[in-house]
Amino acid sequence: MAPPGTAPEKPDRTPDSKEGGLGLDSASQDAGLDCERLLSLFRCMVRIRAFEEHAHKEFLKGEMPGFLHLYSGEEAIAAGVMDTLEDDDYIVTSHRGHGHLLARGSDPKRMFAELFGRVDGYCRGKGGSMHIADMSRGFLGANGIVGAAVNIGTGAAFAAKYRGEKRVSVSFFGDASTNRGTFHEALNLAAIWELPAVYVCENNFYGSANYQSDYMKLKDIADRAASYGFPGVVVDGNDVLAVRAAAVEAVTRARSGGGPTLIECKTWRHWGHFIGDMARYRDPAEHEAWLKRDPIPSFKAKLLAWGVASENELAQIEEAAEAEMDEAVAYGKASPFPPVSELTAGVYKEDRP
Amino acid sequence: MARLNMVEAIDQCLLQEMQRDERVIVLGEDVGRDGGVFRVTEGLFERFGPQRVIDTPLAESGIVGMAIGMAIAGFRPVAEIQFSGFAYPAYDQLVCHAARMRNRSRGEFTVPLVVRTPYGGGIRALEHHSESMEAVFVHVPGLKVVVPADPYEAKGLLASAVRDPDPVIFFEPARVYRAIRTEVPEEPYTIPLGKARMVREGRDVTLIAWGAQVRIIREAAERLAAEGVAEAEVVDLRTLSPFDHETVIDSVKKTGRAVVVHEAPRTGGFGAEVSAQIMERAVLHLEAPVVRVTGFDTVPPLAKLEDYYQPDVEAVVEAVRESLRF
Ligand SMILES: Cc1ncc(C[n+]2csc(CCOP(=O)(O)OP(=O)(O)O)c2C)c(N)n1
Ligand SMILES: [Mg+2]
Repeated sequence: MAPPGTAPEKPDRTPDSKEGGLGLDSASQDAGLDCERLLSLFRCMVRIRAFEEHAHKEFLKGEMPGFLHLYSGEEAIAAGVMDTLEDDDYIVTSHRGHGHLLARGSDPKRMFAELFGRVDGYCRGKGGSMHIADMSRGFLGANGIVGAAVNIGTGAAFAAKYRGEKRVSVSFFGDASTNRGTFHEALNLAAIWELPAVYVCENNFYGSANYQSDYMKLKDIADRAASYGFPGVVVDGNDVLAVRAAAVEAVTRARSGGGPTLIECKTWRHWGHFIGDMARYRDPAEHEAWLKRDPIPSFKAKLLAWGVASENELAQIEEAAEAEMDEAVAYGKASPFPPVSELTAGVYKEDRP
Repeated sequence: MARLNMVEAIDQCLLQEMQRDERVIVLGEDVGRDGGVFRVTEGLFERFGPQRVIDTPLAESGIVGMAIGMAIAGFRPVAEIQFSGFAYPAYDQLVCHAARMRNRSRGEFTVPLVVRTPYGGGIRALEHHSESMEAVFVHVPGLKVVVPADPYEAKGLLASAVRDPDPVIFFEPARVYRAIRTEVPEEPYTIPLGKARMVREGRDVTLIAWGAQVRIIREAAERLAAEGVAEAEVVDLRTLSPFDHETVIDSVKKTGRAVVVHEAPRTGGFGAEVSAQIMERAVLHLEAPVVRVTGFDTVPPLAKLEDYYQPDVEAVVEAVRESLRF
């Protein structure tokens, strides 16, 4: 037996290699979506990317307190899943949650205000990047505790089922979070009560500095679903249509009383774990290979090939996203800091009128 | 003598304890190859290898639960929790098992375990990354709770914690990590657990704190002296459990006034225990009620609100004036 912590023999892990390859068919099936829908998926990803790039820039200027975990590279997951949901569905996410909020329709202005710790932010500037919640969209919150989403999301799914509503609850979480005991508890509960829950694992292969094979014997996290007795599927998390197709199936199952599904989306974060982490632990070849699989340019190429839109139309979407985020940053920075009275407000109901 | 910051002092202590005793094993998230989020375990992996410096999965209850079993079975695990706010999943293991094995087995076996974790605010993070919930650990009989105030203290107290036969929670004030340097002897040394430190002698009022607040009460004492307001005695508790009430009580009997400072929420904070002990043991010596300068009963917020949350020198000076006015 290899002693604990011993690095395994290093395989060629680049995504399209034989050994480390994902074994995924990256050619998306034609989902029968109309042009407007396809463009909205593109717009969604582009807006997330623009938001994250703006956040990155502002963070480096030192104007953003707290930690910043960027979603760049993983946009296809939020875009693909959220496109399949209804307005009253529930969503819970992790510390890497900007993309989910934007895809759900949350306002980047109020998000930036929150990131800057200002009073117009979603948490009145008290929660920062990791804790944004938006109840108007069933968004039960990002969370600084890794793995928190699965338990809370399971409870929301229970509520929906108990009330006989057709609502679905979707939890987003990272690969490393599935090693927490709470993951097991939540998925088992959802299984035995056949809750309308969808568990979306965003497997970017790293839990901060550690590679998946360092902390897990499984190659596919989706395999864990078998131990609870419900389906687990693996998809190319950088292919928005593949993610969407898997989500359609899982959401339909949940909504029609068929119980939970675990969807594992293989993806890659373009930056370090947080901004400030130089990610020296990464294999440069693997990183390069994944950057070539950037979900946005690859989808763009498809849209062009399919004649869904012209170069010019897609460029306009990108420019609009830039302008929108410029404005959102300006809004966030112009918002005042919360007053001192905010410090103790809101701990209990009676604290705020 | 080398001047080290607290990160370097703790790193050096771990290295020396691992050299001294091969039963000492370091484990936690990213503590190995990466050297830890705050780089406290830097160099240990290269020195001792993956068998003794173990990168674990993300699993706080697993880490501490396993460390308990390892400790019972003869090791001296030093587990790191990345931020004290992630210790709650491990709290279950500490309360239900680590704290009571000695008692339950009538001393047949014990849990010589250390859980190290950065804690407290001042690093512009928030919530789980900035809180100081030491009191919820102090409340558990069977756990020892240690909070070093500076690099010298950290090295000596951690050495004692590692060698201690019982489970110790070692809270490292994150904002002190790189903020100050003190002289730290190269040779290993220990500072006994359960013994407070008299930082400054005085006669008018006793200032009591631990961790990052020690620097604050010290500065407050200097300002009070410079302004001719009071000569304050400054006590660093060092360990909250066991609590060295003798040092505190002796001082309060001399000065007749006490101000306790912590950044943890006020209600049920350790300041309440200090205050109660003073009441029980020295009430007739008091010239004024014990004053508490604390954080608020709320979740640590994001900066800038955090600036209001933290007790500062100003607040301590004002508390002393209040005590003197009584
Ligand atoms: C309970 C808990 N333990 C540790 C941390 C510190 N931490 C934050 S993110 C992270 C890695 C999470 O990896 P993964 O779940 O794969 O998500 P990713 O960051 O890759 O999106 C760690 C260790 C935390 N926030 N919460
Ligand atoms: Mg990950």
